[in-house]
Amino acid sequence: MTDDTGSIEGALSRLALAAPPSLAPAVLAELGLIDRYATIDSVVGPLSVAWNGLGVSVVDVAVDKPGFEARHRALTGRQAERADRLPSDLAAAIARRLDGDRRVRIDLDLRGRSEFEQDVWRKTLEIPHGEVRPYGWVAAEIGRPRAVRAVGTALGHNPVPLIVPCHRVVRSDGTLGQYSLGGPGNKRSILRSEGLDPDGMEAAAARGLRFVGSDTTRVVCLPTCRHARRITAPHQVGFRRFEQARRAGYRACHVCRPDSGAAAAA
Amino acid sequence: MQRFRTEPAFWGLMTVDDRPSEAPLLADLARDLDGAFEGLVLAHQDRLFSIALRMLGDPRDAEEATQDAFVRAYRALADYDESRIHALRLRGWLATIVLNLCRTRTTKRAARGRGPLSLDAAAQAGAPDPVAPAGRGPLAVAERHDDRSRWARRLAELPVGYRAAVVLRHVDGLTYPELATALGRPEGTVKAQVHRGIAMLRTMLEAERRLEHEEMTA
Repeated sequence: MTDDTGSIEGALSRLALAAPPSLAPAVLAELGLIDRYATIDSVVGPLSVAWNGLGVSVVDVAVDKPGFEARHRALTGRQAERADRLPSDLAAAIARRLDGDRRVRIDLDLRGRSEFEQDVWRKTLEIPHGEVRPYGWVAAEIGRPRAVRAVGTALGHNPVPLIVPCHRVVRSDGTLGQYSLGGPGNKRSILRSEGLDPDGMEAAAARGLRFVGSDTTRVVCLPTCRHARRITAPHQVGFRRFEQARRAGYRACHVCRPDSGAAAAA
Repeated sequence: MQRFRTEPAFWGLMTVDDRPSEAPLLADLARDLDGAFEGLVLAHQDRLFSIALRMLGDPRDAEEATQDAFVRAYRALADYDESRIHALRLRGWLATIVLNLCRTRTTKRAARGRGPLSLDAAAQAGAPDPVAPAGRGPLAVAERHDDRSRWARRLAELPVGYRAAVVLRHVDGLTYPELATALGRPEGTVKAQVHRGIAMLRTMLEAERRLEHEEMTA
């Protein structure tokens, strides 16, 4: 059969094969035309994480497959394909980030989100592990001091909770406020896992301790700022309003910038 | 797109170009790249994978090269204006992209000092055998597989320029004008390369037969 030119060509034409089924989904995911998702463990239980070649697009409480896929489509307009696991470098990056390492880079796919929302989320990314900031602080820091309620809404719409740590944004009166990832109970658990004492924080704020100054340095901080927590008890001075601290001759900490949004909170 | 294409007189044959026109897909891509791109991938993934597989030999390398080719194509299309997309000849254009990526991979692989992992790519990939006649039993399938892997091996022994021409013409089925565009050489040159490549394959086949015959009669 294979003894003339014609059959060589025939044999060569039989060397065409079907592409592996994994190929098309891999291409579309790489381009961000579809997403993949897998489950990871967290302090608040299993989470579904969706990603594509542009970055992580959705983090949500893991529910059944149709439930997550429907929610993902509502959020992104794209199809999500279940994967066995996250790519190992992404899984490692997320684990490090949740452990408080802010230097690790995690790309996010936030296409289609408003500039305001993205500003809010970007600012929230700057809040260190184990610290919290008021909604009004975020609003002031992004140059929209009056948009406190809109900041709350944008954080409620954060598609990538935990990675964008919206759990670190609390109400100006010191209470924790709402949380989109499975409710306020989870916000408390996550903050506790970061070494904070949410009940103590709320109690202190209720007593009027919303700013903490040091009578030796005359610097005033937000209570969870790492500099505030270094002040020993005998030197701690509490303030209900930033204005009071300023009048008493205290200057704002350059790290936590307690003056941001302080006017709105007063 | 012209429906009938007269093959070169050299072959003295007339072939029918019954492939679907690219115009509707190009129009979709120009109008809504994100919405239409999956259609392009599905329409061209088998042929790009086959080209990459026969150029590289290794199915994993081939899958990666094919993925890269589609990603490149998407990025290029995203930069092109509508008229440029309408004017594209997808088959040849995509073949050029995947061939270039295969070339880069081969160079890198040579630099790393690693040869192709497997020439019997189809068997390794566990790919469905499109030619195994149904119901003829595993033996027939094995023979087919074996025959195919022998041809894959012979093809891999061709110098890369001839291999590219032969793969595009006879594995992928590009026409000579498409081949000329894809390889960026005059039609006469690519025709000569294909014929020379086939001649080399025939020489290999004859040498194998002679050897087989000598072994049998020894």
